[in-house]
Order: sequence, then C-alpha cells, then structure tokens
Amino acid sequence: MKAHTLSILVENKAGVLSRVTGLFSRRGFNIESLAVGTCEEPDMSRITIVVIGDDAQVEQVMKQLNKLIDVIKVSDLTDSERVERELALFKVTADQGTTRAEIMQIATIFRAQIVDVGAKSVILQITGDTDKIDAMEKLLRQFGIKELIRTGRIGILRGTKTVTSSK
Amino acid sequence: MKTGAKLLIESLQREGVDTLFGYPGGSVLPIYDELYDSPLRHILVRHEQAAAHAADGYARASGRVGVCLATSGPGACNLVTGIATAYMDSIPVVAITGQVPTTMLGNDAFQESDIQGITMPVTKHNYLVKETSDIPRVVKEAFYIAGTGRQGPVLIDLPKDVNTRSVKEPVVPEKVELRGYNPTYKGHKRQIDKAIELITAAERPLIYAGGGVISSNASPELVGFASAHGIPVTTTLMGLGCIPCDHPLNLGMLGMHGTEYANFAVTECDLLIAIGVRFDDRVTGRIETFAPHAKVIHIDIDPAEIGKNKRVDVPIVGDIKSVLTDVIAGLAKKNACEAWQKRIKHWKQHHPLRYGNDKDDCLHPQFILQQMNELLKGEAVIVSEVGQNQMWTAQYFCFRHPRTWITSGGLGTMGYGFPAAIGAHFARPDLPVFDVAGDGSIQMNIQEMGTAAQYNIPVKIAILNNMYLGMVRQWQELFYDRRYSYTELPPVEFVKIAQAYGIEGIKVESCDEVMPALRAAVDHDGPFVLDFRIEREENVFPMVPAGAAINEMIGGHPPS
Repeated sequence: MKAHTLSILVENKAGVLSRVTGLFSRRGFNIESLAVGTCEEPDMSRITIVVIGDDAQVEQVMKQLNKLIDVIKVSDLTDSERVERELALFKVTADQGTTRAEIMQIATIFRAQIVDVGAKSVILQITGDTDKIDAMEKLLRQFGIKELIRTGRIGILRGTKTVTSSK
Repeated sequence: MKTGAKLLIESLQREGVDTLFGYPGGSVLPIYDELYDSPLRHILVRHEQAAAHAADGYARASGRVGVCLATSGPGACNLVTGIATAYMDSIPVVAITGQVPTTMLGNDAFQESDIQGITMPVTKHNYLVKETSDIPRVVKEAFYIAGTGRQGPVLIDLPKDVNTRSVKEPVVPEKVELRGYNPTYKGHKRQIDKAIELITAAERPLIYAGGGVISSNASPELVGFASAHGIPVTTTLMGLGCIPCDHPLNLGMLGMHGTEYANFAVTECDLLIAIGVRFDDRVTGRIETFAPHAKVIHIDIDPAEIGKNKRVDVPIVGDIKSVLTDVIAGLAKKNACEAWQKRIKHWKQHHPLRYGNDKDDCLHPQFILQQMNELLKGEAVIVSEVGQNQMWTAQYFCFRHPRTWITSGGLGTMGYGFPAAIGAHFARPDLPVFDVAGDGSIQMNIQEMGTAAQYNIPVKIAILNNMYLGMVRQWQELFYDRRYSYTELPPVEFVKIAQAYGIEGIKVESCDEVMPALRAAVDHDGPFVLDFRIEREENVFPMVPAGAAINEMIGGHPPS
C-alpha cells in the first residue's frame, strides 16, 4: 500500500467531479487529497487525486476512471519524476513583541509569506510538498493555530512529458 | 422552428426506434402529446419499473437498444431498479425521463428528483439536458454509448421547458465524437499470438463463455472455434444459448448451481479460455480454488474486467467476434484433446443433473421444464424471474440459440421476468415467449397483466408455485436449521387474478396435466397463466455453498 498521485484530465462539464468522486467511494477507495481546476484547454479540467492502495487496486481504479465518458485521460504520476505542491494558509495567534518575531523567523526559514497581520493574529501562506507543510504546522502549534486550511496536492511531470488529451 | 419534444421524437426515429415502453406524467406531457400522432409504438405499462425491464428484455432479445420513458420524480425513481438490472448485465437501454422546468431545478419542486445523481452509479452515462438545441446530439450520443463497447444503460433527463421551447432545428452531427470514449475492438496481435501458443500447447483446455459472447453476436465464432479444436465449453448463466445445449462439447452452466461435470472440468483444466465473462462470485466460488491448475486467457471488451477478480496470464481487450476470428485464423494445428474429451464424457455420463422423478409422483419443477423443452424444442424465448425458477430453467431448458434466454443475472431482480418477456415479445413476435416464474417473483410485477391484456401480448406465464420464496427457503433449510423465517407465502389463486384482468389460465396439479396445459398455453392467441402447484420443498442441486470451492457441491457426487 502506498500513496499514488493520479492526474485526471476531464471534460469541463457539470457533474464531472461528482462522477469521479462517486466512483471512488462506490468502489471503496479512499481519497487522500483532491484538487480540481481549469487547465491549458478551456473546455477541460484537471483533477489531481492522491489515493492509497496497492498496485492492483490503483490499476483497477484507473481502469474504472477511464470508463467514465467525461474522463479524457488518467495518468499515475507516482513512479515518474514530478513536481508536487500543496498550499496552506495558517492563522496563528501572534501577540505584539516576541511571538510575532519568532513566527516571522519561522516563516523566513520555510520561505512562507505573511499575507495578513492583525492585532492578535497573523496569516501565513506556504507552498511546498506535504512534508514541508506538516513540518511547518508542527512548529507553529506552540503559538496556537486558530485555523488551518490546505489545498489538495497538485502534480506535474518534470521535463517535456505531459498528461494531455491524446488518449 | 421545432419544440424539444418534436426534436426528441425525430431523434428517436433517426435511431431506428420502433417501440418504446413508458408511463405518462406531468413533466412528460409535451413528449406524450408529440407521441400521440407519431409512428412510434408506445406500450403503456402499469409501473415504470416494468417499462425499464421491458426495454431491457427488448434489447436482449433483439440485440438493439431498448427505450423506456417515464415522468420526473417518482416515475424516474421507479425506473432505477430496471436501469440497475440492465447495468449489471451490460444491456443497451436508453431511459428518457421528464424533469421539472430548469427554472425550478433544485427547489424541491413537485415531483422533482435528482435522477441524474441517483442513476450515476447504475448507468454507463447520463445527461441532464438544459438546452433544447442539444437534444438531437444528446440522443445520438446516448444511443451510441449504450450500444457500443461494453453496452449499458444511458439516461437522458429532460426538463419540461426544454421540451416545450421551440428552436431553429439544429444541425445533427453525422458521427458521434467523444474524446473520452474510444472502445478497443481489435485484439492486440502480440496477445493473440500468446493465446494461440497456449491453446496449441494445452492438453486440457476449457472455454468459459459468458454474456459477452451474446452481446458481441459471436456465437458462430465461438462454436466454430470450440468445434475445430475439440475444446469443451461451459457457459455462465448469461452465456446460455451461445452454444446449443446438445452440442457434444457443451458442458452447460458452471458455478454455484452448475453441472457437476462443468465444475469438475474447471477444477481440472490446464487452460481456461475466459470469453466475455467477469469471474463473478456465483461462478467462481472461492476464487483461490477456481481453475487452480490452469493458465488463464481472458478476452473481454472492458479492460477493467481483466484482472479484477482473477489474475490472468494473457489478457486480450477487444470485441469477442473480432478477437475469436483472429484466434481462429492464427491457429494452425488442430488440437483434438482426445484424452480430455474422454474424461469429460465419462463425467457427463456418471454425473448428470438429477432429481427425484422416478421416486415419486410429485410434480417436480424440473419435469415441467423438460416438458416445455419437448414442446418448444428450443424455438422460443424463455425469460425467467429470479431464484429457484431461474436456476431450474438454466439447468433443464435446452437453449439452442443466442438471445432466446433472458434473465437478470448480475442484479438478480425479482419481478424482472414478466415485463422483460413483454419487451421480448416485441423484439421476437415470431417466437413463443415464456416467463418462468415463482409465486414470489410474479407478485412483484403482477400488475403487468394489465399491459399484457390491453395489447393482447401472448406471453405465457409459467408459475412454479411452491408457496415459498423458494431459494431463500432452500438456504434456510441448508444453512439456518430449517428456520423458515418469513419465506412462506399463503396460497394465491393466480388463475383468478388473471381472469380479473381478462387473461385465461389453468391450474396444474399433477404430472399428466403438464403437457396438455403447456399446449393450451402455446395454442392460445394471447397471454396465458399456468399455475403449477409444484413439490413445495424441492431444492436446486447441485449447489456450491457460498465461499466454497466449486467442486465441493451439495447434492453432487465426488468425481470418479
């Protein structure tokens, strides 16, 4: 069992996300992370799903996804050279003075940005892979995380290879 | 300018539809108004579920796409069991539903249900049409998707205002182009070569053929392939009829209620050639002990079926007719497998299907099916309900042609048979159509006697009446210490019910009445009910208990 990152190119139509996620729950696959957005083609969208399973299970889920009429292409990025990113926003308790300086120091080390400063809190924005965001979260816990929001993971192949519509 | 309803009817005609099954209601009034003077034949059922089953029965018997129509909300929801039945057995059906106007969608309007959402898991694809001008394209796509690749049901949901609005007639695309849908028809050359190698080398090959052979209209190729190389054939419930029952290489059905010799052959074979099958649990029993000594070739049009339940050695994705043609062309050496054939012949002689016909004078259901066989000689469409009636028919009726056996295999839908038989009649008006039923199943869609009577549809209903939900009772007898929890049904006078609908019938209580009653049914010009009062606690044997290996059969005999 390991995490597989699937990149799924779909028609940009109503109900497509529901078809894709419905298939996962119906066939008993757990979605670890999910991200959806438009892509280079205006009438298509790209969904990145992280699913945990053994190779046979993931092969089955990919075959089932391919059967959906609105799914144009499915690729498993897991064993390829790729770039994966998530984005997270942290709202952290920050008083005037020492804590605030300390938080800013952590932000610098993680190359995170402070995107909002309030009287009693700051908002940090960080991009990176899952581990980096987990590490940042661990460090920020001591100050009190009021709210944390993470996007799903997105992934893209390195080099000239692409996940495009030549099915 | 044309209304959506008009565009819909014209689109259906363009697809060659001649018959559809449906039930009107508020949201589909514009469609029904258009049907009123269209050349399409509409059969008014008594419950929307029956419309879906009838469309499915029509599709199975004809090989064409079946069509059903229902209104929004409850009408659409009542189709769901029928759609799911067609989905599980890969049957091409287009279901058309009315919907509340687009302006009211999502407002919990009267008779609104999200039928697109509800049917997503049980359709191959579905549509909610919001623009009138999309109707011709959507209908064309729906028929294309339903009837190609691995076939299946497609639903089109049409809001009322989409049907009433008039638009300039849109240009209908000549060809359907869907970039996300490209079924593979031609088998991969290298895989076919590998298969040929295995077939040539095999000493104990066995063909395991299923519904895919029928969908692909590949029976001639299958029989040709098996005969030329002396390869025995066992079929699934869905595959019955793809090889004539009395063909010397035919072993009948395998699996839970399969013949002993078919299950022995699976267990002993060294090469299993799986064609248009999906290694269902009712076939394989404990999957680890299914064909334990065999290499496996799996031919199927759906890549997702390959390796889903059983690891295979040679996967071939493609249309069965095309793949078998290529395999036959590539096989040079005739491999007669004489020792293997002799062994199977021995099993067939010593382990026939048997029941207590010589021990008593009870009315056994198997005897009734043998009599039907004698009368009809395979020249009929036989539809079944689900349960013991279905298994006895599969075991004892001798099917000679594909598309003459119609049954709900995957979903196992009680109440399927009678409406499916009605649909089958419109596909094959030249053949007698029988629905072999149980007293439980028939009562699930008994209201369709109204439909059969209204159109004088000559479906013969043979009820194997044991006043039990027989298959469940059998499991309770064998596995629950004869605790017959809620499986006994009080006696029903089915002939009287039939009479109330204006249908004739006979109650049959002894063996010597069987043949005259069957003759009366066939000779009668119209629907007919046969209420056979059978031996109440008759069981279906042999039987592989759930989770056992398929050579461990109750009511069987150890291989000799």
